[in-house]
Amino acid sequence: MAVKILFFARSRELAGVSETSVAVQAADTTESLLSHLLEQFPALKELDGRFVFSLNHEYLERGSVVPLKAGDEVAIIPPISGG
Amino acid sequence: MEPASISGEQWAARVSGEALDLAQCMQFVEDPGAGAISTFSGVTRNSFKGKAVVKLEYECYTDMALKKLKARAQDVCEECCQKHAIIRLAVAHRVGEVWVGQPSVLIAASSAHRLEAIQACHWVIDALKATVPIWKKEFFEDGSIWKENAECQLLGNSSEGLA
Repeated sequence: MAVKILFFARSRELAGVSETSVAVQAADTTESLLSHLLEQFPALKELDGRFVFSLNHEYLERGSVVPLKAGDEVAIIPPISGG
Repeated sequence: MEPASISGEQWAARVSGEALDLAQCMQFVEDPGAGAISTFSGVTRNSFKGKAVVKLEYECYTDMALKKLKARAQDVCEECCQKHAIIRLAVAHRVGEVWVGQPSVLIAASSAHRLEAIQACHWVIDALKATVPIWKKEFFEDGSIWKENAECQLLGNSSEGLA
């Protein structure tokens, strides 16, 4: 089972990709996903935690631990700056 | 990018890589019951803190941005409806390069009397800056920087350098 990960703005530049797919187990959460992403894309450490995840187009609270399931779409959301 | 849009009976939201058209936004909000049309244009300024700005470059999480724009538009329409004020609302955001003087965001609102239309523009631009996943990079002659809106509270309190 896989989760789709999207990177935007500075996180996209640091990761070097705009999108990836990560296999997740039943017990996986946003916390384990983050560990995985930091391992796969060490440059993301430069964000210094200044981002939130979105899950299926809704913001998650910063640092919250939310279970993931197959087909979920997660995005790394650095501070926004539209307008 | 290909333009993407979402709309309801009284509102329309759009993100697009093409130049924005204020006349089109105003046309959407025209209504025989309207006594006022108010608009807001956010344009690229030529400087930031004394430094010359060449252009802005926007990127957008399109699916989520349209979902958030829809929610904000519905908030405005619902609130106006409770006050028995008719309102129509259009909001458009550009992505990609936006050069000095060009608009990156347009809002048009119409209402029976002027107050609701003016307030709607004000409220929607503030809510957009706080909640819609769009990012801009500011380009100077000697570098660039990702901007962060003061209105963005996603990281929690604003004492962490977001203000």
